[in-house]
Amino acid sequence: MSKKDLRVKIGEVKTEKGTMKDLEISIGRIFEEEWEEPVGPTPFPSIKDLRNWDFKLLKRYKPFYMPFCDLCCFCTYGKCDLTKNKRGACGIDMAGQQARIVLLACAIGAATHCGHARHLVEHLIEEYGRDTPLSMGENVEIEAPHVRLVCGIRPRKIKDLEIALDYVENQVTHLLSAIHTGQEGHWMDFESKVFHAGMIDHVAMEIADIAQIAVYNFPKADPDAPLVELGAGVVDSKKPTILVVGHNVPPAIAIADYLTKENLVGSVEVAGLCCTAIDLTRYSSFAKIIGPMSWTLRFIRSGLADVIVVDEQCVRTNLVEEAKKIGALFIATSEKNCQGLPNRTNDPADQIVDDLVSGKQPGVLIFDTEKVGEVAVKAALAVAPKRKKKRSLLTPKEIIEGSKKCIKCQECIKACPDNLPVMYAVNDAARGDLSKLAELYEKCIGCARCESACSVNLPLHTYIISAAEKKMTEEKFKIRAGRGPISDIEIREVGQPIVFGEIPGVVAFVGCPNYANGGKEIPEMVDEFAKRRYIITLSGCAAMTAGMFKDEEGKTVYEKYHGRFDAGGVVNVGSCVSNPHISGAAIKIARIFAKRNIRANYEEIADYVYNRIGAVGVAWGAMSQKAASIASGFWRLGVPVIVGPHGSKYRRMLLGRKDRDEDWYVWDARTGKKVYVGPAPEHLFYTAETKEEAMVMIAKLCIRPNDTTKGRAIKLTHYIDLYKKFYGKLPDDIHLYVRTKADIPLTMKDEILAYLEAKGWKEKATPDPTLLPRLIRKKEG
Amino acid sequence: MKLEPYQKAEIPGPSKAFAISNAKLLLAKIKKAKKPLMIIGHKSLELEINGKLLIDYLVEIAKKYRIPVITSTPTYLEIKRRGYETVYPMNLIEAASMVKDPSWTGFDGKGNYDLVFIAGFPYYYEWLTLSGLKHFSSIETISLDPYYQPHASWSFPTMKKEEWAKIINELLE
Repeated sequence: MSKKDLRVKIGEVKTEKGTMKDLEISIGRIFEEEWEEPVGPTPFPSIKDLRNWDFKLLKRYKPFYMPFCDLCCFCTYGKCDLTKNKRGACGIDMAGQQARIVLLACAIGAATHCGHARHLVEHLIEEYGRDTPLSMGENVEIEAPHVRLVCGIRPRKIKDLEIALDYVENQVTHLLSAIHTGQEGHWMDFESKVFHAGMIDHVAMEIADIAQIAVYNFPKADPDAPLVELGAGVVDSKKPTILVVGHNVPPAIAIADYLTKENLVGSVEVAGLCCTAIDLTRYSSFAKIIGPMSWTLRFIRSGLADVIVVDEQCVRTNLVEEAKKIGALFIATSEKNCQGLPNRTNDPADQIVDDLVSGKQPGVLIFDTEKVGEVAVKAALAVAPKRKKKRSLLTPKEIIEGSKKCIKCQECIKACPDNLPVMYAVNDAARGDLSKLAELYEKCIGCARCESACSVNLPLHTYIISAAEKKMTEEKFKIRAGRGPISDIEIREVGQPIVFGEIPGVVAFVGCPNYANGGKEIPEMVDEFAKRRYIITLSGCAAMTAGMFKDEEGKTVYEKYHGRFDAGGVVNVGSCVSNPHISGAAIKIARIFAKRNIRANYEEIADYVYNRIGAVGVAWGAMSQKAASIASGFWRLGVPVIVGPHGSKYRRMLLGRKDRDEDWYVWDARTGKKVYVGPAPEHLFYTAETKEEAMVMIAKLCIRPNDTTKGRAIKLTHYIDLYKKFYGKLPDDIHLYVRTKADIPLTMKDEILAYLEAKGWKEKATPDPTLLPRLIRKKEG
Repeated sequence: MKLEPYQKAEIPGPSKAFAISNAKLLLAKIKKAKKPLMIIGHKSLELEINGKLLIDYLVEIAKKYRIPVITSTPTYLEIKRRGYETVYPMNLIEAASMVKDPSWTGFDGKGNYDLVFIAGFPYYYEWLTLSGLKHFSSIETISLDPYYQPHASWSFPTMKKEEWAKIINELLE
């Protein structure tokens, strides 16, 4: 383990050369010596240290910026009109300003995970001690690939994580400061810092997840992690119910512990939304998952929750008000999300319960997690008989009568992020037909902007969920509990087939539920690629959504496919902070299969991953700043990301140009020659308009320069097959990906040979690809 | 007919699209253009106007004025099914990034396009892409949707669909 900031002070020392007074020696870091892996070139890299690597990527993948607004309104010089590349008062142009906003989003995302990790580590140290070992199970030797890769340290105990956290906090501060007026100005350097934010974000997330896995004994690289109940219909409506919402799990775990301690398991339901739910089910066998964050209002308005406990991140900000409507009690537990509530941390639990149940205080703030557990359970038991599952759902008659008040202004449609035909459904309801309202339930993302905009204050979101109540109560699915890291054994088994291309790709479905067309597209895509023997990894809300669909045999994708990190596996790694297990698997392949040194060796490993590992991220409903920074961590590592249409609101894409041959040359590390390898992968950040377009692009973006002929043929089979299915013809770029005739899929040989002949195709070399001249083993000439 | 964004919060800033008020203006733009292009999205398969899908109007315009079309899937297959062959599969933002580059020589290799018609996408998606073209290219853009797209050079105001259909039908006469 490295020791940081070692300082030695000596008052007076006499030597042969003379006397020294007030001698002070300061050493930045001492690295562990018993670790055989040498320290690479970039331990704890600063915001400038990987700039050259970033620029290599940005040379290939040019940003296409799409400003939300013509203006900059960051400082009092402004507002400044930046239309058509005018410059603002500080000198910034539109490209710089857009890149600056992307950096702001990613810095917020990284800061959020870092804050999460810091609170979690501090809490776990307080509860369990600084020397708690960081074991990820007997099959995981590389416990923290990102911490090793970026920081160059090997954390053994929970206290070791503080060193990496100090580093991440330091970098977040520098990144935020670069956004200040009159600092960074050029889009390329903003973009480089965007990548940096993503890289440190993966470090922060990894810290949070390995700390909680180790201390709470979550599944440790377990492909057979238990199946967990999922859906709004899995809660027993007869029992007092506690709903937990957010991302930072200790308060929810305290609730589960209190129930266990007091022998109340089975008497009270504990169910969750968003990542707290996922993490709670990694700990507790009786906890349940309601669904992604977009299910928040649905579930609360259904009246089933007696007590709502929120922690941090992605928590709807007016839940105190929503809780009041149904008479549920509200407990906030995070200093980042206090909701204007009184701090009752130091009051006796029973007094807090009395004040809540009597209605004296509808909500409280408690920072002591153990007390949260006691108060939540006692309050749920006390309030449940009183409130009798009071709900704000409406009867068909109430909906019909209310709908008659609609003045047909269309404000609801104009406010809906997807312009869903809310008004027309309401008009049908006024005529007694609720079916169109019920249909909206499938596509609605639960934001309730429609009812906020309604000119006559109709509770439109409640109309939608009330009309679909039967559907909602029938939502009963299964999801595999988050398994945590990928084991070293799994990596040994799949490293070669992935790097050679024989497993056609690793597809990671991650992120939030801001879907443009409802959630069914995620399970459909997962099923398509699992069937095709890709490795599917999932996390967070996307992992839940994937489980919310049953095939004709009544099985979800988690029941239909195995949970191993192997071809055809559907692998739920866990919550948002589990994402680094996916990117970490790529780093582990470089270490375990290719024997590359990963310690503080970011650039070389990113070059390895970029050129060899056919991985693609899909954030189909990405919404948050955290999703932006998670994606940027994948980009710097050379992994492309596809988002759904709403992802365009991140305001810039990173797109390659396959028509520019000069962009797609690499060095052959064996010979030192420059070799054309085709646009592989073609894009780094891409918005797909439809699921069909996304599926074609997923297959295409798995192609890598290092693919063997067998691997390339397999990848091309899937790409061409999907393309023909959805476009009805051969793709127009096959000649860029076929290097030799052996790359051609056997079943398509004649058709493709004819196509290649028409294109004037010539054979190309297959190099040992790298973008880093320093990795060339033999210089040309 | 107010020049207000169809999604209320999508306020663009000082530079906004001019309103299309008649077919003559569209015709003049088409005639003046050296090399027009049309980009069509999948919402055109859902939006019905006077008993006809938006895609049918758009394909008829493309056919009549021989405008090449860019589109993605599943719209590509639908356009081919309607008997129009000058259609190229490409993603909207990718297409915009190509069009923005003056050195791109287009699908025929003879030079970039100077007028882009666009319609049939999710509102915000089209809105953002048009913003990219407005700020970073000199291409003239025309939204053919029946609602206001402020980042285009020219757009219909948000209007009754019958009025929109009347103008488009005049263009098709």
